[in-house]
Amino acid sequence: MNVHEYQGKEILRKYGVATPRGIPCFSVDEAVKAAETLGGKVWVVKAQIHAGGRGKGGGVKVAKSIDEVRDYASKILGMTLVTHQTGPEGRLVKRLLVEEGADIKKELYVGMVVDRATQRVTLMASSEGGMDIEHVAEHTPEKIFKVSIDPVKGLSDAEGDEMARKIGVPDIAVPQARAFMQSLYKAFDEIDCSLAEINPLIYTSDNKVLALDAKLNFDSNALYRHPEIVAMRDLDEEDPAEVEASKFDLAYISLDGDIGCLVNGAGLAMATMDVIKLYGGSPANFLDVGGGATTEKVTEAFKIMLKNPHLKAILVNIFGGIMKCDVIANGVITAAREVQLKVPLVVRMKGTNEELGRQILKDSGLPIISANNMAEAAERVVAAAKGIKATEETEGTK
Amino acid sequence: MSILIDKNTRVITQGITGKTGMFHTKMCMEYANGENCFVAGVTPKKGGQSYEGIPIFETVAEAKKQTGATASVIYVPPPFAAAAIDEAVDAGLELVICITEGIPVRDMIKTRYRMQGKSTILIGPNCPGVITPEEIKIGIMPGHIHKKGRIGVVSRSGTLTYEAVGQLMDLGLGQSTCVGIGGDPVNGLKHLDVMRMFNDDPETDAVIMVGEIGGDDEETCARWMKTHMRKPVIGFIAGVTAPPGKRMGHAGAIISGGKGTAQEKLAVMEECGIKVTKNPADMGRLLKSVL
Repeated sequence: MNVHEYQGKEILRKYGVATPRGIPCFSVDEAVKAAETLGGKVWVVKAQIHAGGRGKGGGVKVAKSIDEVRDYASKILGMTLVTHQTGPEGRLVKRLLVEEGADIKKELYVGMVVDRATQRVTLMASSEGGMDIEHVAEHTPEKIFKVSIDPVKGLSDAEGDEMARKIGVPDIAVPQARAFMQSLYKAFDEIDCSLAEINPLIYTSDNKVLALDAKLNFDSNALYRHPEIVAMRDLDEEDPAEVEASKFDLAYISLDGDIGCLVNGAGLAMATMDVIKLYGGSPANFLDVGGGATTEKVTEAFKIMLKNPHLKAILVNIFGGIMKCDVIANGVITAAREVQLKVPLVVRMKGTNEELGRQILKDSGLPIISANNMAEAAERVVAAAKGIKATEETEGTK
Repeated sequence: MSILIDKNTRVITQGITGKTGMFHTKMCMEYANGENCFVAGVTPKKGGQSYEGIPIFETVAEAKKQTGATASVIYVPPPFAAAAIDEAVDAGLELVICITEGIPVRDMIKTRYRMQGKSTILIGPNCPGVITPEEIKIGIMPGHIHKKGRIGVVSRSGTLTYEAVGQLMDLGLGQSTCVGIGGDPVNGLKHLDVMRMFNDDPETDAVIMVGEIGGDDEETCARWMKTHMRKPVIGFIAGVTAPPGKRMGHAGAIISGGKGTAQEKLAVMEECGIKVTKNPADMGRLLKSVL
């Protein structure tokens, strides 16, 4: 789960991470009022969407008067912001953050991720702040420094100081930078982050260390113990189909193709997408109905897939192990009838009672195309999506 | 022989009184030597009861002491599962297989930290378990799709592993042991660890390695195999079509910062001399071709 920059900063402030003062706003009037409340002479008006690259896309503006705050706020609120992370369709801006301007002397980078190899949290920092860290990693990897954090002791003073010096924090600000990184780790650990990125971390002309931006992602497996973070979830920032699917405990990801896939198990679901592509088709989604593949889940999954206007065919690929193929076949038929399925449906079932399962599909009278293996299933569903009638085994057509 | 488990392994089910624990313990007991292999259950506050004729204890240490079990399988719900692993490790079990899906990563980081210097082997979490066909199955995989043979299978996925097994069976090839290492980012045995075991197992002739996007375990394993593996290995990596930045079902199946793509893994595996296929329907046939 992701949160907005302003929410991330609110969370981090509670852990003692220094940030500029700022106020979230939902209207132009609120933005003007926020600037007046903050005082000073310079403000930053920042679009709040769950994507990076907002500055380049025109979603972050520095205002030198209240009139400019009003002007920028009215331009940014309601704009469709396109960045390298939003995709070409962009994202509608519905929230702003108005912050006091900061006198930036240097932009740095601090990030934390879970490192799978060491099985610990890694602190990454760089003197090259304010740009895409993946770009830095690719072109000047020597400018990124890493330290693996001890899960029990946390980030030590010595490690923090060393890291601050390596990325060019002046001596006078090293203790502050160390405290900043230690606070960030404390937050990361306590609230179950999967990623924390401060880009840029700045130090100012008066030698303050501040988080100018904040990106936090959370481990969805741990959200049950953080209701205050779940409350920050912004459904406008998520794909409606994915939100709907999550209500039924279905793992669903929208893709841009036209063949819906319904599979049990995440690995098999990915492999099914891959095999569709291999046979010249394009998957419309990733969908894992879980090991069980019950009638209820299959029905809900059909409903969600059918909301996609680009959908031309559906492939159901189930490995029936503990769950028997005849039970699954009945589930698929019930679901197909309930949603009055209009697009071609290819079903491939493997495992316990697969012959019986296929017979049930055949006897259903529904125009279901059966397949014996994944390759055949992919071939048939790709043909079906292209409007080519499968030459054999088209069962139950009237 | 086989790796990790055989008919002499004695197993404790942790979380035996939950719905999943009960169901799968029964299924495992019905498989091959399961009735002899599954000797105890553990559920706090339910010590003294029994299930399907096997005694339930308060703690793993007590269960181990009373039954001589050396392995456990965990079906404990996610909020308590990491603590269940800790308990099994503290009790000195040799092998712990954690089926539970959805354990917070932070819990697993702490658990793995506690395991440093201990000899307990952890498999999972978020995995189907391990099966040595016709001897013992510990986990949730369907037993009857397997048969005894000489092919090893190691995979991060559940049903995709069954798919690989199904394809082997269609070609008449049985398995020595099938190991599901799980789909979580912080876990126990990695591909490399299991591959070493298959390399040293006289009853394994060849291995199917099934990977997926996220992390670089497959690459690490491939680089090791280039110089050390004495047996043919074929590979498939799921997620060539997965978009970056999206968690594909498994917590660990995510391309982040441009790293962990299927393309990259496949390229490294090929460089290291491993035959790979981009067609998941072709795993069995490819394995047969290298025998």
